[in-house]
Amino acid sequence: MIAPADVVMNLRTQTHATRSVDGPRGAAASAAPHRPTRGTDIRLYHRWAAWGFLAPITIYLIAFYAYPLYRNVDLSLRHYTVRSFVYGDAEFIGLDNYRTVLADPTFLPALGHTVVFTVVSLALQFSIGMALAVFFAQHFRLSVALRALFLVPWLLPLIVSASTWSWMLNSESGIVNAALSLLGAEPLNWLTSPEWSLASVTIANVWIGVPFNLVVLYSGLQAIDPALHEAAMLDGATSWQRFWRITFPLLRPVSAITLLLGLVYTLKVFDIIWIMTKGGPVDSSTTFATWSYRLGFGNPLPAFGPGAAVGNLLILAAVLFGLAYIRAQRRQHP
Amino acid sequence: MRRYTKGFVALTVSIAAVACTTACSSSGSSGGGSAQSAYTVWDPYPQYDANSDWVKLLTKCGTDAGATITRTGYDTTDLTTKVLLAAQQGTAPDVLIIDNPVISTLAEAGVLASSDDTKLDTAAISPNLLGAGQSGGKTYGIPIGANTLALYYNKAVLQAAGVDIASVTDWKSLTAALAKVKAAGKKGITFSAIGTEEGSFQFLPWFWGSGAGLTKLDSAEAVAALALWTDWLKQGYAPNSVINNTQTTSWQEFATGEYAFAENGTWQLGNAKKAGFEYGIVAVPGIDGGTAAAPTGGEFVSVPLQKDTGRYAITQKLVTCVGSTDNSLATVTALNYIAPTEAVQAKQVAANAELKVWVDAVKAAKGRTGDGLGTKYPKISQQLWTAVQAALSGSKTPQAALTDAQMAAAAATK
Repeated sequence: MIAPADVVMNLRTQTHATRSVDGPRGAAASAAPHRPTRGTDIRLYHRWAAWGFLAPITIYLIAFYAYPLYRNVDLSLRHYTVRSFVYGDAEFIGLDNYRTVLADPTFLPALGHTVVFTVVSLALQFSIGMALAVFFAQHFRLSVALRALFLVPWLLPLIVSASTWSWMLNSESGIVNAALSLLGAEPLNWLTSPEWSLASVTIANVWIGVPFNLVVLYSGLQAIDPALHEAAMLDGATSWQRFWRITFPLLRPVSAITLLLGLVYTLKVFDIIWIMTKGGPVDSSTTFATWSYRLGFGNPLPAFGPGAAVGNLLILAAVLFGLAYIRAQRRQHP
Repeated sequence: MRRYTKGFVALTVSIAAVACTTACSSSGSSGGGSAQSAYTVWDPYPQYDANSDWVKLLTKCGTDAGATITRTGYDTTDLTTKVLLAAQQGTAPDVLIIDNPVISTLAEAGVLASSDDTKLDTAAISPNLLGAGQSGGKTYGIPIGANTLALYYNKAVLQAAGVDIASVTDWKSLTAALAKVKAAGKKGITFSAIGTEEGSFQFLPWFWGSGAGLTKLDSAEAVAALALWTDWLKQGYAPNSVINNTQTTSWQEFATGEYAFAENGTWQLGNAKKAGFEYGIVAVPGIDGGTAAAPTGGEFVSVPLQKDTGRYAITQKLVTCVGSTDNSLATVTALNYIAPTEAVQAKQVAANAELKVWVDAVKAAKGRTGDGLGTKYPKISQQLWTAVQAALSGSKTPQAALTDAQMAAAAATK
């Protein structure tokens, strides 16, 4: 099954290769009379042209990625007060900010919340997204319209969806508590009790993340040859077996990238939590992302150093998972 | 790929060098290059556009002082960071209007010029208001106006519950009134106990009203104040949603007409008139009666440091013009504030007798960064609002929450 695709890929790269080689060769042939000097000229010219084409992206990468990253690392290694922030004479203190952050009573709860928030969000987003994708893969009437409806959370600005959730989950006037009391259940303090705040923000985040998983997995499903399912069906496989033996394994590459992207998105989720609970009450829904913001900006007297340190730990976590993904990829396609 | 590496590095370095030179030269020239008569003003009033009275006043004061004004309104929470960044780049505005508790932080950062340099006259300003702008014996600006907190009450709800507002004089009688309101099927009181500076701001009248001080968060008085709020939640006199309420959402609860009391600020007067029910205002009572000191809110007009000190002369004219008696009345009316000087306060009450209770509240109020706290205040305040959240959400007792808060605050302000 994989073979034809590979052939197509090879063909494509080959035509590409010949085309790109063709250009310069043709130019060199027309300039044949002055070969010795022109040849080196052209080679030099081509090299500089290559650099010229590279320059915009290089400048862009340095100015918008490398330099800010460097500044953030630098920020986390210095003792910044508001005064030294303005006058730029912050003293270098090595890893002290990291030690402060690690020793902070918020560290362990924030770590735990980040892990729980990320794992539960990913698991639910992925399984609900997968279920919906499989559901919508069987075309039926209105399936397109319904699928479009599922995309709404994705289209809404986060501030709108987070504010709406926070209004729905309000202890006093929220629609969720009103529904619970209609059913005869006790109303819950969704956002204002330490037991429920993390669950509330996780639920909101899952709702926002499902459309992304649905779309990516759905398009992954389109790439699976229906003939496989037909063959399996003729062999008497149940739909459950067909899902686990055909759909799921063939979706593995798509699933992996969906999970990785979902992980990076979820690790850095900030707006939803900040709008709904501000990470509280006390630290009960604080993750690394909100903690970093609170240290750096959520207080009239900003603590830039520790804030940057927490941010760097978060980046490090995302990079580690990225590397793990690349390793897993390599193992799959040696 | 490997043979390109050397050239690649060289190119990268040269690009970086070019980028750096341009960046350096541009930031270096920005101080003195601008025209002498162009002055910049930053304020936290993005709701006012170029046609508003406030901006017109700025423009007029600028023209009188011989300057063209470029004014930008920022969201109040963004302004501190914006100013710190601007000061770092040497592009701070000439005049900065900023929330009063931030003044001590900016002064500490060396961003603001003191009145010694700017020759601002602060003699007429009420000392309790000016206190928020003083740090290390120097004054860093003048209050543009003040606001503070008091209790709004819904007359119909109180009447239905059989509560006479005159009987509410201390915490005991207030709690008794809340009990009656609850028994009558209405809701007691709403306030904002959110985990930000707003939460501390709203708790402070009760905190100070108990006799507690910010240097000792775990005193018996402080515990009594936090226990008062915690009990209100337990008894159902205050809704659980206060833990997440901002002052705006708390006001929205009161505006439903279901609540007897709401702790809120001067700036809600405009909305109170639109609420559609009769309301009254009383000062926050102290534990055993009297008026509790509420924290002062409102912004200061300050002057960020400039490399070119010659600019202060015109800046001083500009600030004096904005703060002058005639203009001050227009400004505080536009912003729903109480004036910082007695002369203008008297004019305000003469024009609108309803403001009397607010003028009294402002006179009794005190600055959060006063008592020599300065930049220690933000650190203490963070522990205070955390303790309030911990006690109200039931994760700690008031005593335990405040003991932890005091330990953390002492460590942070060492």
